[in-house]
Amino acid sequence: MPEEGPDEEGTGEEGTGAEGAARRAVVRQGLSVALATGLYGVSFGALAVTSGLTVLQSCVLSLLLFSGGSQFALIGILGGGGTVGAAVAAASLLGLRNALYGLQLTSTMQPAGWRRFVLAQVTIDESTAVAVAQTTPPRRRLGFWVTGLGVYVGWNVMTLAGALAGDALGDPKRFGLDAAASAAFVALLWPRMRARQPVAIAVVGAVVTTALVPVIPQGLPVLAAAFVGALVAWFWPRRPGEVE
Amino acid sequence: MSGWIAVLTASVIAYAFKVGGYTVPPSFLARPRIVAVTEMLPAALLASLIVLQTFATGPHLTLDARAAGLAVAVVALLVRAPFIVVVIAAAVTAAGLRALGWA
Repeated sequence: MPEEGPDEEGTGEEGTGAEGAARRAVVRQGLSVALATGLYGVSFGALAVTSGLTVLQSCVLSLLLFSGGSQFALIGILGGGGTVGAAVAAASLLGLRNALYGLQLTSTMQPAGWRRFVLAQVTIDESTAVAVAQTTPPRRRLGFWVTGLGVYVGWNVMTLAGALAGDALGDPKRFGLDAAASAAFVALLWPRMRARQPVAIAVVGAVVTTALVPVIPQGLPVLAAAFVGALVAWFWPRRPGEVE
Repeated sequence: MSGWIAVLTASVIAYAFKVGGYTVPPSFLARPRIVAVTEMLPAALLASLIVLQTFATGPHLTLDARAAGLAVAVVALLVRAPFIVVVIAAAVTAAGLRALGWA
């Protein structure tokens, strides 16, 4: 993610001039996140076609599913020889967190009418992160919409570009695209590794997967890892008043 | 055909979860343990996917050019490289090793 953010925050200035500047800063922040995310849409498009989806299927996936981690999981498992059921299950479990974002954003976004269906579709990591980083409800709403819609456009345009490029490249291994998929998963995991609990759960997930790959059918180790990870999270001791 | 089934089923479920966040009563979703599990699932899933994507070839575990790509990706992340650089660095590493016949 780009380092850019509002330069002058919380100066407490009043008036439309200051508010206008603040709103422009929110728009800039949202657009820079959209640009960065669009760039990795290229990786997704290229990997999607090399994992066996058609260009059209790759684009429809980005238009309809629209959640990076879930999309990478789906194509990773399909491309690795896993079943459709396992791929869909893993993608869905990864997408569960979007429901938490909706829960978090309901009071700010006040979903109503047809817009809530658009609102739901663009409720993802990036739009939520930019929204909750703002200091007032109108700026939060602005940040959410600029980021959500910006990422939607960028992600889909770049998925198409990546899919066409991937289609033209031919043998994915020759260009290291299988290693690129590994790198994409590491980059998605990286920002989560800031506390002991997610690190412990990631290690458990990796160990369970390594142990099970040789012994159970393809696609199932990832679900076993999710199950064991969920158990660890469920029974993880919580101290009173602990902030996540 | 199975590609379409995967694409459409996953999309419908993902959208249902997104809408659910705004419509399911908070008393259900906001329970501490449900929140804890939901927040931690990505760590377990992504770690598992890293192992699969890097070391699995069918039912076998192997060490090949992908592992070198992964190592380079971690280094790139340590020096705070952007996502696209991380991905390209890993791809170039693996492609280079294969072109040299080393992996």
